[in-house]
Amino acid sequence: MNRTTRPPDRRPVRDRNGAATPPPARTAPRRRRPTSQQWAAWAFLAPVTLYLALFYAYPLYRNVDLSLRDYTVRSFVQGNAPFTGLENYETVFQDPAFRPALTHTIVFTAVCLFFQYAIGLALAVFFNQHFRLSATLRALFLVPWLLPLIVSASTWSWMLNSDSGVVNAALHTVGIGPVNWLTAPSWSLTSVIIANIWIGVPFNLVVLYSGLQSIPRSLYEAAALDGANAWQRFRCVTFPLLRPVSAVTLLLGLVYTLKVFDIIWIMTKGGPADSSTTFATWSYRLGFGNLLPAFGPGAAVGNLLVVAALVFGLVYLRLQRKQALT
Amino acid sequence: MNAMNARNDMKRRNRTWWKTATGLLLTAVMLFPVYWMLNVSFTRDQDMRKSPPDWFPVHSTLDGYRTVLDQQMPYLATSLVIGLGTVVLTVAVAAPAGYALAKLRPRGGGVIGFLLLVAQMIPGIIMAMGFYAIYLQLGLLQSVPGLIVADSTLAVPFAVLIFTAFMSGIPRELIQAAQMDGARALRTFWSVVLPMSRNAVVTVSLFAFLWSWSDFVFASTLAGGGAHEPVTLGIYHYIGNNNQEWNAIMATAVVASLPATVILVLAQRYVAAGVTAGAVKD
Repeated sequence: MNRTTRPPDRRPVRDRNGAATPPPARTAPRRRRPTSQQWAAWAFLAPVTLYLALFYAYPLYRNVDLSLRDYTVRSFVQGNAPFTGLENYETVFQDPAFRPALTHTIVFTAVCLFFQYAIGLALAVFFNQHFRLSATLRALFLVPWLLPLIVSASTWSWMLNSDSGVVNAALHTVGIGPVNWLTAPSWSLTSVIIANIWIGVPFNLVVLYSGLQSIPRSLYEAAALDGANAWQRFRCVTFPLLRPVSAVTLLLGLVYTLKVFDIIWIMTKGGPADSSTTFATWSYRLGFGNLLPAFGPGAAVGNLLVVAALVFGLVYLRLQRKQALT
Repeated sequence: MNAMNARNDMKRRNRTWWKTATGLLLTAVMLFPVYWMLNVSFTRDQDMRKSPPDWFPVHSTLDGYRTVLDQQMPYLATSLVIGLGTVVLTVAVAAPAGYALAKLRPRGGGVIGFLLLVAQMIPGIIMAMGFYAIYLQLGLLQSVPGLIVADSTLAVPFAVLIFTAFMSGIPRELIQAAQMDGARALRTFWSVVLPMSRNAVVTVSLFAFLWSWSDFVFASTLAGGGAHEPVTLGIYHYIGNNNQEWNAIMATAVVASLPATVILVLAQRYVAAGVTAGAVKD
């Protein structure tokens, strides 16, 4: 309504006079800005827009293209591979490695998430109390998160070494025989899960700790006055009030755990005999791991992973937006 | 009354003393792998396969670190150059974008912000494959600029997020964004907004450097076998060659961890802010 009654020449006048004229009080439902400022704003956004197009959209497009054509090493360089539709995806679905990779991806993600969250929450509650050195120790917990993944992975590899690893040496002192952590198919997935939990705990700790900080102290005092013990206070105050933060932490953790590649590849290369292969390592092995690369199927596996990550990612963004509104 | 207070006080101190002890124990367990990395890096070759292993570096040697000096310096230099390049590119792309999203608010800017959030979710391995296909045709494989560009994709979405959040807090009167033409906007950005956003620049630079320094996926796909390989590949080759000199491997790992350590010691508040702000990390 107001928009129609506004004098048509107001905008140019305001532009010309610049700061000299105070902007007239407007009741229009939508704020409009002068065009010159629109141009300036988009000039500032231009680099990142170009960047997104060139270095995100284009590689992703190339990846989709790879998965829809029959690429060989030769046509990969020349770029004239024949279009084959969804053939690569069919190859992948019918591959005997598909089902194990799917299972491992789900198990890896679920187990890592559960323990990272549980340990992170326990530590966050612990560090939320006041005691000496609390802040310093909490900072030290960040170390595993900051180390390069190759450093963590190679350290864990040596610690879990069957013959000379410190873990087996420690187990030996309590009378447990040597475990072939990385070389036995029944243990390899467990090993990479342990290493990945170690890396993911700090993130959960820091985010959940910041969530705990926003719970008002008075609620705990009230609960204590009502005679609630520590466990009841946790169950009836902390946990329910932390639910929004928990949801965000878990969803984000899910997106990040789905794409874990470095740890698994460096520690086991997905082996032995595919026993720790997930979609991420499978995709890499198809594309880069063999002498004869299978770029098409590799890209197809990768795209399945992108779809999964984006689905959960969009759920996360939706949730976060909803929380920001309330 | 006084006596009771004193007793309560003592009781509380006693209780927190236990908490501190528990905290120390938990931290020790958590950081044991880091300690073990240090311990092994000082272990002599002949003690490496000893059973049980030495829990402390009793016969410590610097052989591992000597090997690092002999063999890993080129890798470390490459990583340093790539890290710094990534920082410059990331800040150059992200700071103006943050300013636009926080203060100029163009129509359609929300879409860019949304796309950046989505971009963070794409697995690195998929990006690597796409980059590989593109670089192969452009002849950018095994090149330093190529790796800088690829590594910057790890940091740019996060960086825009940090800049936007930080620049939103700059008072409007200082910018007077409402009536600005292009040239003045640029000057304001350069001489007012950017200097005021020093903390955001520090946070973004730290993380951009750390992530590019730690990157393994892009390095192994885009730089593998080339003349300029970063230190992550240096370590990976050590392991891959079935090398038995674990003191050298762990010594390289220790050196590769130095940037993270320095950052944690010098800039801890930026780190914690970074983790919670974007809640990002792969």
